[in-house]
Amino acid sequence: MSASLTLVVLMAIMYGTGVYVMLEKSLTRILIGFMLIGNATNLLIFLMSGRAGDAPIIGDGATGENTVDPVPQVLMLTAIVINFGVTAFILALIYRSWWLANLGDEGDDVTVDDEDVIDAEEAEVYHASLDEDDEAVRAQLAGAADNGDIDIESDIDNNHTERGAGR
Amino acid sequence: MNALVPLLVVLPLSGAAITLILGRNPRLQVAISVSTLSIVTVAAAVLLYVVDTTGQAAVVKVGGWEPPFGIVLMVDRLSAIMVLVSALMLLGVLVFAIGQGIADGDKDTPVSIFHPTYLILSAGLFDAFIAGDLFNMYVGFEMLLAASYVLLTLGGTGARIRAGTTYIVVSLVSSLFFLAAIALIYGATGTVTMALLSERIQALPLDVQIILCAALLIGFAVKAAVFPLSFWLPDSYPTAPAPVTAVFAGLLTKVGVYAIIRTDKLLFFAVPLTIPLMIVAFFTLIIGIFGALTQADVKRLLSFTLVSHIGYMIFGIAIGSELGTGATIYYIVHHIMVQTALFVSVGLIERVGRSTSITHLGGLLKKAPFVAVLFFIGALNLGGIPPFSGFLGKVGLFEAGAQSPSPLVYVLIGAGALTSLLTLYALMRIWNMAFWRPARDVAGYESPMLTSLRESPDETGGVVTATLPKLMVAATTGLIALTVCLTVFAGPLFELSERAAVGVATPAEYIRAVFPDGTP
Repeated sequence: MSASLTLVVLMAIMYGTGVYVMLEKSLTRILIGFMLIGNATNLLIFLMSGRAGDAPIIGDGATGENTVDPVPQVLMLTAIVINFGVTAFILALIYRSWWLANLGDEGDDVTVDDEDVIDAEEAEVYHASLDEDDEAVRAQLAGAADNGDIDIESDIDNNHTERGAGR
Repeated sequence: MNALVPLLVVLPLSGAAITLILGRNPRLQVAISVSTLSIVTVAAAVLLYVVDTTGQAAVVKVGGWEPPFGIVLMVDRLSAIMVLVSALMLLGVLVFAIGQGIADGDKDTPVSIFHPTYLILSAGLFDAFIAGDLFNMYVGFEMLLAASYVLLTLGGTGARIRAGTTYIVVSLVSSLFFLAAIALIYGATGTVTMALLSERIQALPLDVQIILCAALLIGFAVKAAVFPLSFWLPDSYPTAPAPVTAVFAGLLTKVGVYAIIRTDKLLFFAVPLTIPLMIVAFFTLIIGIFGALTQADVKRLLSFTLVSHIGYMIFGIAIGSELGTGATIYYIVHHIMVQTALFVSVGLIERVGRSTSITHLGGLLKKAPFVAVLFFIGALNLGGIPPFSGFLGKVGLFEAGAQSPSPLVYVLIGAGALTSLLTLYALMRIWNMAFWRPARDVAGYESPMLTSLRESPDETGGVVTATLPKLMVAATTGLIALTVCLTVFAGPLFELSERAAVGVATPAEYIRAVFPDGTP
C-alpha cells in the first residue's frame, strides 16, 4: 500500500489545527475544530484505500491491479453524512445558546414592550381621528347628496384604505 | 428465526418515522412507540431463547452480500441478553415517560419529538449490540448518540444547553477516536468484519495491536465513563428530564462496556490488558464513589455511583477468565436494571418532594410510603445487601478474581468492597434525610452528615405537581420488580451469563458462525 504524501501532510495539518481550534472556549470554534478533525479522519480512511488516482471499478480496461479498494470510500461517505448531521445539530445548538446568552429564557416569550403600548395608543388615536373626519365629511355632504349623485360612502372607504396602507 | 434479527433495528426506525409524521397526534404516537418496543422485546426474548437452546448464533447477511463484503448482523448469547435487557428498560421507561407526559400536559417533554428520538435511540442501541461489523457498530453508536443529543437538550433551556454542550463535545471526540481507530484497523487488516478481524489481527505484530487496541479503547472508555474519561457524566446526565436520565444512566454507558468486552475478547485477546484495566478499574471505583459522597443532589449522587460501578465491570473484564466475564455480564444486567429503576424512582421523589436535594427533602416516608419502599429496595440492591442481585453480582466478581489471584486482584477486591459500603452509606444518607427525617425538621436542620455536601450548580426545582400518576408508579414498580427477579432467578441467569461468556471468549465459535466454510 502506497499512500500519497500530500494527503498525509494535509491530514496531519488538519488534525493539528483542528485540535488547536477545538481547545477554544467558543462553541463556534469548537465546531470548526470538529469539522477539521472530522475531515482529517475522513482523509485518514481514504488514505487506507491505497494509491490515489485510480478508479474503484473493475472492468473497462481496468483490472484488479490498477483499481483502488472501494470499501474505504464507502466508509468515508457514511462518515461524511454522519458528520454533516452532527454539524447541523451543533449549529442549531450554537444558535440556541447564542439566543439564551443574549436574550435569556425570556427570549422565548412574546413580551409587551413599552413601544408596543405607545404604538397601540397612537393607532387608537389615529383611527379615532379618522372616524371623526369621516363623520364630519358625511355631515358636510349630507345636504349635497340629497340633490347631487356623488357616491359618498365609497369615497370615504377608499380614503380609509389608502391612508391605512400608507401608514 | 433469522428474520427477527434485522427487525430489532428496522422496527424502531420505522416506528420513529411514523411517530414523526404523526407529530400532531400524541395518542397514536404513544400507541405506536409502545407497540414497537413491545414487539422488539418479544423478538429479543425469542432470539435469546433460540440462540441459547440451539447454541448457534443467529447470523444475517444484510442484502444477501456475503461477508466480508457485506454487513453482518450477529446475535450470540451476549448480544441477545443485552438487547433483551435494553428493550425491557426502554419499554419501562417509555411507560413512565408517558405517565409523566400525560400528567404534565407535555410542558417538559415536547412529545412530538420525544417519541421519534427515543425510538431512534433504541434502534441505535440495538444496532450497536447486534453489529457483526466494526463500522456498523460505529453507525449504531452515532445513531444513539445523535438521538441522545436531542433528548439531553430537550426543551432547550439554559441548563440543558450548557450540560448538553459538554456531553456533545466529549461524545464527538470519542466518536472521532473510534472512527480513526476503524480507519487504522482497516489499513492494517483490510477488513472491518469482526469475525475476519479476529483472525487477521493476530497476524499483526504486538506493538501494532497495542496501538490499535488503545485507539479503540479510548473511544469506548469515554462512552463507558471509565475513570480518567468520566468527568463529563455527572455534569450532563442529571439536567435531563427524569425518564431520559434513567435511560442514559442505565443503557448508554453499558454500550461502551459491551464494546470493550467485544474488542477485548474477540479482537485483541493477545494484547495483555489485565494490568492497565485493573488500574483503571481501581480509580474508577474509588474516585467515582468519593464524588458521590459529597453530593447533596440525588440525581448527581446517583450519576457518581454510576461512574463508580462501571469500575466493577472493568474489573470483571480485566480478570480475563471466563468466570470473570460471566460475572461481568451478570453485573451489567443487574446494573442496567437497578440504575434505571433508581433514576426512575428519583423521578417520583422529585414529584412528591418538589426537589432532588437531600438538604430540602424530608418526610417522604409519610407522604409517599410506596415510593419509599420502591426506592429502598433499589438502594439496598445497588448497595449490595445480601439477598439482592447487587450482592450476588459482586460476590461473583470477587470469586472470579480470587480464582486467578494476584496482588492487584486483592487490592481491587478490597476497593470493590469499600465502594460497595460507601455506596450503601451514600444511599442510606438519602434514606435518612429524605424519607425518615420529619418534614417539619427540614428548616434549620443541622447534622454532621450534611456538612461538606455540595448542592448541584443548577438547582432547577423540576416539576412542581404533587400528584403521582398511576402509570408512573406502575412503571417504576415494574422496573423494581424486574430487579428483584434478578435475585429470584439468579441461578439460571448466572448460568446463562457464563454460557454467554464462554461464547464471547471463544473467537473460533464466532468466526465459524459467520464463515461456516472457513475464512477467506
